[in-house]
Amino acid sequence: GAALRSGGAEAAAEDTAKAISDLAGGKEPQAGRITLTAPEIAENGNTVPISVSVDGDLAAPDAVETVTIFAEGNPNPGVVSFHFTPLSGSAEASTRMRLAKTQNVIAVAKMRDGSVYMDKKEVKVTIGGCGG
Amino acid sequence: MAANVKPRVRVPKTASKDEVIVIKTLINHEMETGLRKDKDGKIIPRQIINKFTAEFNGQKVFEADLEPAISANPYFEFSVKVPESGTMKFTWVDDNGSSYTEEQKIEVQ
Repeated sequence: GAALRSGGAEAAAEDTAKAISDLAGGKEPQAGRITLTAPEIAENGNTVPISVSVDGDLAAPDAVETVTIFAEGNPNPGVVSFHFTPLSGSAEASTRMRLAKTQNVIAVAKMRDGSVYMDKKEVKVTIGGCGG
Repeated sequence: MAANVKPRVRVPKTASKDEVIVIKTLINHEMETGLRKDKDGKIIPRQIINKFTAEFNGQKVFEADLEPAISANPYFEFSVKVPESGTMKFTWVDDNGSSYTEEQKIEVQ
């Protein structure tokens, strides 16, 4: 997949930085409150388990509203956005994603009060998967 | 492929009031990225599940917007706080306009 884009890895990382900046309304995301869990090594890039967890009461004014996951070395950085509500009970979600190659996976939490938090994990990929 | 799409959900049948319970869902779907080529070198058009919604008694619990980077057979694990007996409804929306739904009752004891 990565070979399909002309700019390569740097362009993908730039796209990711731009997408995060747009999401954060130009603010710098802070560390804390959000935890991204991903394997250090993923043998099969076609199906990499990831989980996110955000601290705080979901009914509070500063509760998390959305968590967006990015993969900065994929052909397109967007992966998924999770939307939580007070009925979610806890701000935790898991899924499985495709990673084209070794890269950073980034999770950005946007809170109801507009604050933005971020966590990042590098995942080493043995066999890439992105259908590309 | 679309004819074989089958959602599966794992929801506890009972809960105590205001208990936070874990739900697991999976739908079999290729999640065709739109980046692959067929043997003649033509791009295979994108066709993915692009949205997943979970509701309890008509109120939104959890929602996901999916991109092609989600693996085939999209899997989600998340939670719901159960205030009363009712029905969880799950909806998956396909790029081709189809949607697939599944429902399961939860009894508060």
